[in-house]
Amino acid sequence: MGMTVTEKILARASGKRTVSPGDVVFANVDKVMMHDVGGPGVWAVFQDLKPIIGEVEKIWDPDKVWMTEDHFVPPIDKQSAENIKILEDFAKKYGIRKYFRYGLGQYGVCHTLSYEEALVLPGEVYVGTDSHTNTAGVVGAFAAGLGHTDIAYVLVHGKTWFRVPETLLFKVDGELQPYSTAKDLSLAIISEIGTDGANYKAMQFSGSAIKAMDVDERATLTNMSTEAGAKNAIIEPDERLLQYLRSRTNSQLTPVYGDEDAEFFEVYDIDARTIEPLVAKPYSPGNVSSARELSDVEVDRVYIGSCTGGKITDLRMAASILKGRKVKVRTEIVPATQKTYMQALKEGLIEIFLQSGALVGAPTCGLCFGGHMGVLRKGEVCISTTNRNFPGRMGDRESKTYLASPLTAAAAAVTGRITDPRDLGG
Amino acid sequence: MEEILRGRVHKYGDNVDTDSIIPGRFLKEMDPKKLAEHAMEGIDPNFVKKVKPGDFVVAGRNFGCGSSREHAPIALRYAGIKAVLAKSFARIFYRNAIDGGHLIPIEIDDSVYDKLSDGDEIEVDVSKGIIRNLTKNEVYNIRPIPELVMKIIKAGGIFMFRYEQ
Repeated sequence: MGMTVTEKILARASGKRTVSPGDVVFANVDKVMMHDVGGPGVWAVFQDLKPIIGEVEKIWDPDKVWMTEDHFVPPIDKQSAENIKILEDFAKKYGIRKYFRYGLGQYGVCHTLSYEEALVLPGEVYVGTDSHTNTAGVVGAFAAGLGHTDIAYVLVHGKTWFRVPETLLFKVDGELQPYSTAKDLSLAIISEIGTDGANYKAMQFSGSAIKAMDVDERATLTNMSTEAGAKNAIIEPDERLLQYLRSRTNSQLTPVYGDEDAEFFEVYDIDARTIEPLVAKPYSPGNVSSARELSDVEVDRVYIGSCTGGKITDLRMAASILKGRKVKVRTEIVPATQKTYMQALKEGLIEIFLQSGALVGAPTCGLCFGGHMGVLRKGEVCISTTNRNFPGRMGDRESKTYLASPLTAAAAAVTGRITDPRDLGG
Repeated sequence: MEEILRGRVHKYGDNVDTDSIIPGRFLKEMDPKKLAEHAMEGIDPNFVKKVKPGDFVVAGRNFGCGSSREHAPIALRYAGIKAVLAKSFARIFYRNAIDGGHLIPIEIDDSVYDKLSDGDEIEVDVSKGIIRNLTKNEVYNIRPIPELVMKIIKAGGIFMFRYEQ
């Protein structure tokens, strides 16, 4: 029996000829990511474990580790400033050179950096201190989020354990219609399989609709897989992806593909033409309606940003709606990384946003998790391009977040209510 | 690891997410005791007032979904929780609980979930795989804990597991 791409990567990484779903393997790790929440956590684990493992003098391979400051940056208070210092000291002590710092050039949301900077390559095993680490599966890597004890263990030993996941294959054929996006497709899938529909499993995406997407849009799919509980999400590399990476790295690319006779736990055939603009209502990414059904919902705020919805493609979509229009409700737009920000500036998107009345902020994860900037008050209603809308996610536990595509969020910014972008009119 | 745990049940439903277990604004906090002061704040602001050392959280499907924050099992641990009994766990919470040595994630069948009531006093014998409901005078089985997971739990976490090899 053949193996899926996920199984092949885990077999290679654990030195086995074959693996099957359910096997537990110790896999060698190729890349590790830490940010300003996970990094200080790892540091704390090293301190706590001193009596047991002694002082950690060096880590397994500093060249395989990269770090970014993204969650509480620029620092919001003394504690978050101290955490940045911990990250700086950590980089220095262990010789981590790939370190993206705010106010010092390229930095920003870790998951966008993971492929924008070609930090993760096809066929690699990549782990990070964040649940949306799955995003990097867009390059055909096995990418999974872990907690900080697990990451600390990888930093010392260079490996970790995985139960080989079953793979759910989503074959998406046909063309996405105008104003329908990868975000809408993601919400449709989560609505169908549930927020634990892929728990402990791999989600693989293929088909002509996926091939037609640019890398940012594909990354929305791998990113949102976390909201279905997936261990990892993966898209086998095509020429478009390989070219994208080649323009960003000189490293040799060795893509891995699943076998022809690979066995999938389940195959979902999806007709992209049926996907329309969708919105996830509070308080679950699986609580999905069409945007049209919600056209009487008034919103107080619009947020366009994050690893899910602050990429250059997302900003282009938002600008296509906001161009020549004024926002009616408070709108915050945050490019995912400094490079994304610069690209948006070059393309005139930032001017469109500012002319519309929206606020444009510096790259940060802050708004998405109610940690930094734009925190929602009690009862406040926000439509957001982010990935989850649990109670209190963006602020007060009685605030409400609706999740949507950048097109749908921008349409709401213009009308002040949830609006199908197809209904916006001239 | 204590073989027999005893305490009261604090019962919740499906999809208890990590934002509910410890809200994102506390992720910059490095002191576990301060995290514990806000445990379950997003779903049950009275949790910290009523929980006693050794108590259990009982939950439905997909407990700990969402963010990978290890702050979630840490907040529960320092609030006194030794084990969470749920119909299923989100994968990162499950790993964090085990590999960090924070608490024991125990899977239970739907029927066991239905029989456990908020406030019940129970005893969990992890090695034997049974729950004794002292309030109702009933005995239930837990789902078997996978071999590797049991070894890591007994070692007290992934680092200790490695060093006992």
